[in-house]
Amino acid sequence: MQPNDLDRIARQIRLRDLQAVFEAGAGHIGGEMSAIDILTALYFRVLRIWPDQPRNPDRDRFVLSKGHVALALYVTLAKRGFIPEDEVATFLKPHSRLNGHPNCNKVPGVETNTGPLGHGLPVAVGMAKAAKLTGAKYHTYVMTGDGEMQEGSNWEAIASAAQFGLDNLTLIIDHNRFQQGASLKDTNNLAPFPAKLSAFGWDVTEINGNAMDEIVPALEKRGNRPHCIVAHTNKGHGISFMQDTVDWHHKVPNADQYKIAVAELSETL
Amino acid sequence: MKDVISSPKLHDCRDAFVSVLERLGAENPKIVAVCNDSVGSSKLGGFKSKWPERLVNVGIAEQNMVGVGAGLANGGLLPFVCGAACFLTGRSLEQIKADIAYSNANVKLIGISSGMAYGELGPTHHSIEDFAWTRVLPNLPVVAPCDSIETAAAVEWAASYDGPVFLRLSRVGVPDLLPAGHKFELGKANLLRDGDAITLIANGTVTHRMMKAAALLAEQGIEARVLNMATVRPIDVDAVVAAARETGAILTAEEHSTFGGLGSAIAEVVVAEAPVPMKILGVPGIFAPTGSAEFLLDEFGMSPAAIAEAAIALIARTSSRIS
Repeated sequence: MQPNDLDRIARQIRLRDLQAVFEAGAGHIGGEMSAIDILTALYFRVLRIWPDQPRNPDRDRFVLSKGHVALALYVTLAKRGFIPEDEVATFLKPHSRLNGHPNCNKVPGVETNTGPLGHGLPVAVGMAKAAKLTGAKYHTYVMTGDGEMQEGSNWEAIASAAQFGLDNLTLIIDHNRFQQGASLKDTNNLAPFPAKLSAFGWDVTEINGNAMDEIVPALEKRGNRPHCIVAHTNKGHGISFMQDTVDWHHKVPNADQYKIAVAELSETL
Repeated sequence: MKDVISSPKLHDCRDAFVSVLERLGAENPKIVAVCNDSVGSSKLGGFKSKWPERLVNVGIAEQNMVGVGAGLANGGLLPFVCGAACFLTGRSLEQIKADIAYSNANVKLIGISSGMAYGELGPTHHSIEDFAWTRVLPNLPVVAPCDSIETAAAVEWAASYDGPVFLRLSRVGVPDLLPAGHKFELGKANLLRDGDAITLIANGTVTHRMMKAAALLAEQGIEARVLNMATVRPIDVDAVVAAARETGAILTAEEHSTFGGLGSAIAEVVVAEAPVPMKILGVPGIFAPTGSAEFLLDEFGMSPAAIAEAAIALIARTSSRIS
């Protein structure tokens, strides 16, 4: 699938995500909007996956370490055929398998349970290491938030990935520059990321994480070291009044805001 | 039943663990060992020399170690994640909860040198909270074998069990109590000695002390039942209820805090199903002082003589309640 088609799918996923947040009255819409272009590129172009065989041993792995944007993953999985599209309407409802953080034992396509931050990358290192030991050809991708990189467990994993020579591992940092209560810069500023990852022995690519023509080649890049994509993104991307504001970490639009956001996302469909 | 008093040969259960691990590793190439620099203390040197590539040493990084274990299992391998129990459980408890138990990853967590095996090193290195921390987690069986035979059997069982396991091992020498060829059954206590005056229940390094206490009680004409209860979760409800109904009193002892461990798990059953007087021996909710594991177990009332005394006192309490 080409960048233009991917852009169209990403906008559809954004719109469905927005609707689900509005209907459920909860969600992490800012971080969902920043991540959706990358999720779209992964699920509709890059990942070697079979929705009817979610446990096929040869599948590429994707771990959503920033598990609080589960809704974006659910909408993507639904669009890709892992779960029924109308099931997205059950998000956060009692006994729905689509809770606020993804559950691998209930939702096909989810690889490991995330939610507490700093968990996905160590598990992804184990997945990539397993492929090295067994000779499996799958590639492992993991997406973290930039604020999430403040968790020390990530740096344990980054060091071990380099030590193990995991050229079959790609870390995507969704660098939208905001965490829950403030900007990264005003909290615990780990940016700039590239020099830190390079110092740990990783290859690093910086991209605009909301531009398909930059996302796809970065995800498809292969080298001989673990690869980190520092994806510069906009929190709330695609909805004008949400973009680049800390307020929209997990705020829910009111009816008027919802109408404006739907109109903006629908314009380009 | 072996005579533990006249056959004092002591075994380090880590030897049984690695012996079985290496045997199973030869048959099953999916078995890998994961450690946090603890090749020596986990006795993984033999495994490493046989299959250097299958020993995944993440360095001193326990959170990563447990997460990597979950990822290796996702990739189709059978990881035995080994580390000092105090760090494996304490440092990575959230990884054990989310990546292993909640994700239901087929990972075997091997807590080495549990309890007060590192007695002299102080409370940072004591692992006397691990039953409490782990037994509240769904999907995660918690097992503390009492001797080298049960350790070997439990490792064999863990390798064939499809799901996470926490196996709590010691490095303190213990005599063999169970018969050769013993098969481990999850959630099943072993009757080591029958009696009707009281039931003594323990696991790990304390079971043999219970047997010695029972021998002392027998000298006074008191016949105590002794149960080895390696499985802390799921607890053997039937054995506990039978003990309460048939012997009228239960004394437990463990190399753990008295808060939240084996005794607590048994008390939860006793209170709900068959209330009888109980006493829980262990470390009474404090940081233990310096001393060897054997010294500390004695210090906290778990010498055979002190256990026998506690049993007699408990029986007296039970009798006075009845009269």
